[in-house]
Amino acid sequence: MALLDHPKTEIQRPVGNLFIVSSIVVALLLNGLPWQGYALMLRPDFVAVLLLYWCMHKPMRIGIGLAWLVGIFADVADASLFGQHALTYTILAFGGVVLHRRLQMFDLRQQTTQVLGLFVLTYTVYALVHWLVNGEVIWGYFLGCITSTLLWIPLSLVLQALRQIRVGRDQR
Amino acid sequence: MLDNTHSFRFFNRGPSPMARLVFFAMLSLLLMFIDARYRYLESARGTLSVIVAPIQALATLPGRIWNQVGDYFSAQSDLKNQNQLLGRQHLGDAAQLAQLQSLQAENQQLRKLAALSARATYSSQLAEVIYIERDLFKRKVIVNKGADAHLQAGQVVMDDEGIVGQITRVYPWLSEVTLITEKDHVVPVQVLRNGLRTIIFGAGDTSQLKLRYMPISADLVEGDMLVTSGIDGIYPAGIPVAKVTRIERDAAYPFARVTCLPVGGVDKHRHLLILSSLPKLPELPAAEPGSEDGKNPKARRKK
Repeated sequence: MALLDHPKTEIQRPVGNLFIVSSIVVALLLNGLPWQGYALMLRPDFVAVLLLYWCMHKPMRIGIGLAWLVGIFADVADASLFGQHALTYTILAFGGVVLHRRLQMFDLRQQTTQVLGLFVLTYTVYALVHWLVNGEVIWGYFLGCITSTLLWIPLSLVLQALRQIRVGRDQR
Repeated sequence: MLDNTHSFRFFNRGPSPMARLVFFAMLSLLLMFIDARYRYLESARGTLSVIVAPIQALATLPGRIWNQVGDYFSAQSDLKNQNQLLGRQHLGDAAQLAQLQSLQAENQQLRKLAALSARATYSSQLAEVIYIERDLFKRKVIVNKGADAHLQAGQVVMDDEGIVGQITRVYPWLSEVTLITEKDHVVPVQVLRNGLRTIIFGAGDTSQLKLRYMPISADLVEGDMLVTSGIDGIYPAGIPVAKVTRIERDAAYPFARVTCLPVGGVDKHRHLLILSSLPKLPELPAAEPGSEDGKNPKARRKK
């Protein structure tokens, strides 16, 4: 709780655009590591988690349009259908932007259950699109939304810590 | 208090989230429709891939460094054994190669006599796999040569043993290879033993291929070797594709269920061979205006 309350006072501190962009690039990089087999099945969608984090904490700056753009890049990187990731990230960002006030009132553990719902929704949309185009569903794919949810708490803590480091450095 | 300023600014900043959601969702759906139906967006994809390529290269860096370190420390005895093995194999191959050359000469002679067009020769390019399947739903790899090495969509990819796949997309420095195990990927083949022509389909899972539309009475036995027939003008003839592993003949169905295993290391090797020039075929007679010879990456041909 202390960890969560602390950054609330800092939250109005500016977060550089560079920081946000570089964090998303790092997430694309993590998604791009050569995952294989079961690791690929269990791979959390780092980009989705990060987009949701920024949509929740900076809904003014990071919104649906940027999520769509990132989704297009994810489509190119994954060689998937153009717009498939874009659609899912758009829906995720919409959820994050609309619910950001509610999510910010909860502590991290309570957020996790809400976040799980959002991830299940986006994963379902992705699988649905795939089912419509190719006519098959791979159920193992849905394990990814559980690992993504498990990533929520550690990622939030890490990003808050990073933001505080930056604020501390700027004040000096 | 701050929340108020937030919401105040929020409503001054253009359309509501709902409007944005609808707009971008429709845009995505439109893109998906165009991409799935018409494939107009390949050039846009190529342009964007230039931006994404450095990230991809960076992501594979740890793996590549790990491999290089492993290579460096691989024991000397291993290398020695390997060297001996390769030497022996080379001797064996050299004898066969000599035989092959004489056979080729003889074959050419015979074909000339029979006034048949000579079998096209093809050169090959070596490429390295830098990405393995990135998506659970797909059987694709990305290799490190692209438009800069004059690759074209439709070229055939093989390893030292057999067909691995086909290039389906070319980016400036990369290209995407669809493996033959991709669901519904089609290769026209021939049974080596008796010349029976058919087509083989990818099954979508890791290492299986299926022959569909084989009549129950078809002359197939387990262990039959399937090689490319070369009839489509895309795959050169006579390259091993798969081996029949199981045949189920059930009188209730008109067709037998035939399961095959690919011969090439579809998900094993790092280095692949890309055959550079497609064998040229004469134009199809004008009766079929819809077919594009040699261009269509997935040759669909009903038996």
